[in-house]
Amino acid sequence: MTIFAVIVSRLSKAILTLLAIAILNFFLIHAAPGDPAVVLAGEAGAADEQMIEQLRERFGLDQPMYVQLGKYVAGIVQLDLGYSFRQGAPVVDLIADRLPATLLLTLTAFVVSLALGIAFGVAAAARVGKPSDTVLTTMALLFYATPLYWLALMAVLVFSVWFGWLPGFGYETVGANYTGLERVLDIGRHLILPALTLGLFFTAVYMRMARASMLEVSQLDFVKTAKAKGLSDAVIRRRHILRNAILPVVTLAGLQAGQLVGGAVLTETVFAWPGIGRLMFESLAARDYNTILGVFLVSAAMVILFNIVTDIVYRIVDPRIGARS
Amino acid sequence: MKYLKLKATTFLIAASLASPLAAQEAGGRLDIVVQPEPPGLMLGLIQNGPTQLVAGDIYESLLRYDSDLNPMPSLAKSWEISEDGLTYTFQLTEGVKWHDGEPFTADDVVFSADVFLRETHARLRASLAYVESITAPDPMTVVFKLKEPFGPFINAFENGTMPIVPKHIYEGTDFANNPANATPIGTGPFKFDEWVKGSHIHLVKNEDYYVDGLPYLDEVFYRVIPDAAARAVAFETGEVDVLPGGSVENWDIPRLAEMDGVCVTEKGWEFLAPLSWMWLNNREGPTANEKFRQAVMYAMDREFMKDVVWNGYGKVATGPIASSTNFYSDDVTIYDHNPDKAKELLAEMGYDGEPVSILPLPYGETWQRWAEAVRQNLSEVGINVEIDSADVAGWNEKTSQWDYDMAFTYLYQYGDPALGVSRNYTADRIKKGSPWNNVEGYENPSLDEKWAAAATMVTPAEREAAYLEIQKEIVDDVPVAWMQELTFPTIYRCNVNDLVTTAIGINDGPRNAWIEK
Repeated sequence: MTIFAVIVSRLSKAILTLLAIAILNFFLIHAAPGDPAVVLAGEAGAADEQMIEQLRERFGLDQPMYVQLGKYVAGIVQLDLGYSFRQGAPVVDLIADRLPATLLLTLTAFVVSLALGIAFGVAAAARVGKPSDTVLTTMALLFYATPLYWLALMAVLVFSVWFGWLPGFGYETVGANYTGLERVLDIGRHLILPALTLGLFFTAVYMRMARASMLEVSQLDFVKTAKAKGLSDAVIRRRHILRNAILPVVTLAGLQAGQLVGGAVLTETVFAWPGIGRLMFESLAARDYNTILGVFLVSAAMVILFNIVTDIVYRIVDPRIGARS
Repeated sequence: MKYLKLKATTFLIAASLASPLAAQEAGGRLDIVVQPEPPGLMLGLIQNGPTQLVAGDIYESLLRYDSDLNPMPSLAKSWEISEDGLTYTFQLTEGVKWHDGEPFTADDVVFSADVFLRETHARLRASLAYVESITAPDPMTVVFKLKEPFGPFINAFENGTMPIVPKHIYEGTDFANNPANATPIGTGPFKFDEWVKGSHIHLVKNEDYYVDGLPYLDEVFYRVIPDAAARAVAFETGEVDVLPGGSVENWDIPRLAEMDGVCVTEKGWEFLAPLSWMWLNNREGPTANEKFRQAVMYAMDREFMKDVVWNGYGKVATGPIASSTNFYSDDVTIYDHNPDKAKELLAEMGYDGEPVSILPLPYGETWQRWAEAVRQNLSEVGINVEIDSADVAGWNEKTSQWDYDMAFTYLYQYGDPALGVSRNYTADRIKKGSPWNNVEGYENPSLDEKWAAAATMVTPAEREAAYLEIQKEIVDDVPVAWMQELTFPTIYRCNVNDLVTTAIGINDGPRNAWIEK
């Protein structure tokens, strides 16, 4: 199959999968205890039955479940994710508002952790058993095992409260009204702590995976052959070992990439980062059905998308995969 | 001589009034935490805490209230209540403009109270049930005529209770879906400028505000910081100047209060007067027995809980009415910590160790610890307690469906027992599906009549006597376990002056606040 054919076949399956996910999510969220009308009315500090009835009617929650589901699915097919009960705005707009901040954070963390993870992993594998390998492996284990929210709070305490080097939260300096390069730099400064916090865990994961995989591949016969041919160590590592050892890392990267939209809830909360993870969390607490379903659907779409991308990357990195099927 | 003395006194009063005025400095910016992010800023549609905090600067009502709940002028410059208690006449303040430049008139008030809020505002609707007509005999006068006297009606003109909305924008529209809701237009001291979702809300000074010289501040930023620890850090690093009540966990308050130049006040909650209690399910299980409920009261060391769980902030409740609410009395049975008495009562009723569950309020760690403290006290007298848990939506579901034994809550009182107290104890307010009524299922027909009568008595003296009788009787019945009057301290930098001057605290605080440079 050509790559093009693979993409078409995967995409058509993806649409069916997404639809199934949407329907499953719909039932899951309605099965959770709690009623959005009661939560909303409750926030007003006082409410009567009339108000709750009004809200139910306005949101269409007074209709039978199958009618609600039908309307929801019909909306999705037209790329309409519905209206947020709580925020009184189309869900698509809410997600579009928050998506750039989240992608900036998660993509930065993704790129940084992938690059650092592979580099450290390769370096550690080349120095296996030496002190520098031990240091790198220990660090990786430490960051792998530390809970993210604790690391985030410590980073804020040290770099923001004690030293005052970096802003501890937020997306940019509020009220400074920077433009152009100044704004980019300002956002960049705000990005450092959350991106590092989020990235360290994945750096550790990639490093451990890359190191183990490099060591495994370097024991294989074709490496001995390459050595016998008289190739230099650097060339063998880069062209023969790394290329074969990278596949598990690609798999992991594909998994992480799938979480680019929904995987930063904790980091966004601690750092007051105005992203989609927080939107999801707050909507869940308020049982804002349409918003939660919308975020879930976009997250699911990202997972499916990156599964397809991972498949394609496999074929590029290792042409045998395409040839086999 | 007498004349002179009078003049001198006048001069002194004038001087004492003038000196703080002279020191007030215009300009500057205030950063206030808002938690959680409000769902919207149209105060006529949404009256939750965060919305009131922010939109309280944008919208106004006819009156404001000082910390003793005395009314003060706002959009009304003067008011008169007829002797029979049936007619409320308001003279409106002149020269008031909406933020879009349109003049504010009595028509706006009539539209707001009679049309807009009657449709959208559940709490006001209950008070409006007593109203026969709302009219505007001239553009600067509004008259509310009541069907029968309703003592607390004068408390209904607070900003969050009756926000005045612009008729020229909303008349004839679908209020909930009016696109103008995204850019609120009020008469208040600050105008809406920008809302960056997830980050901040920016308000700017209303240059045309009708009180000369006000507001002093150029701009106010309401900052959205979702994590309690991060909010404390934001205050420590100087990112924000004000932490409204409830912004940080209680145990962080002493630490922040000790910082240089940081002030803490418990004032500003007199109007809302949040009173906390545990609903005790009066329908079934051990909690249906009055002796068991009394035993719960005696078993608890509420002073200890206040000192440890709430770091000493607040006041142990004596009954259903908070001490800052009108007609409060402590001339009732007092439930001190008395484990022996509790055990006696349990023995009398023949408590067999049937387990009871406690449902804490899912509002953070403090409430969780409070439930733990209660469990410990109740275990000490032999009550078998389990702690249940739920998130906010789940809590709403369990309480409004009566699926609990003991459940923590707190509710606002709005200055008067007829507004914020009786709703939790009368039988006509036993209705499944809402967690803001008589959730415990307490029924006492003779008391129901007394609550109803006290609401419509004309003179305060009559009402005082009626509420005293009610308090005495209900405290013996223990329909719920009253815990304490909550105060949510406001933490702010001491160079911010006159921030909390009214009974609703910082909800309308930035109007008068100024920063000493």
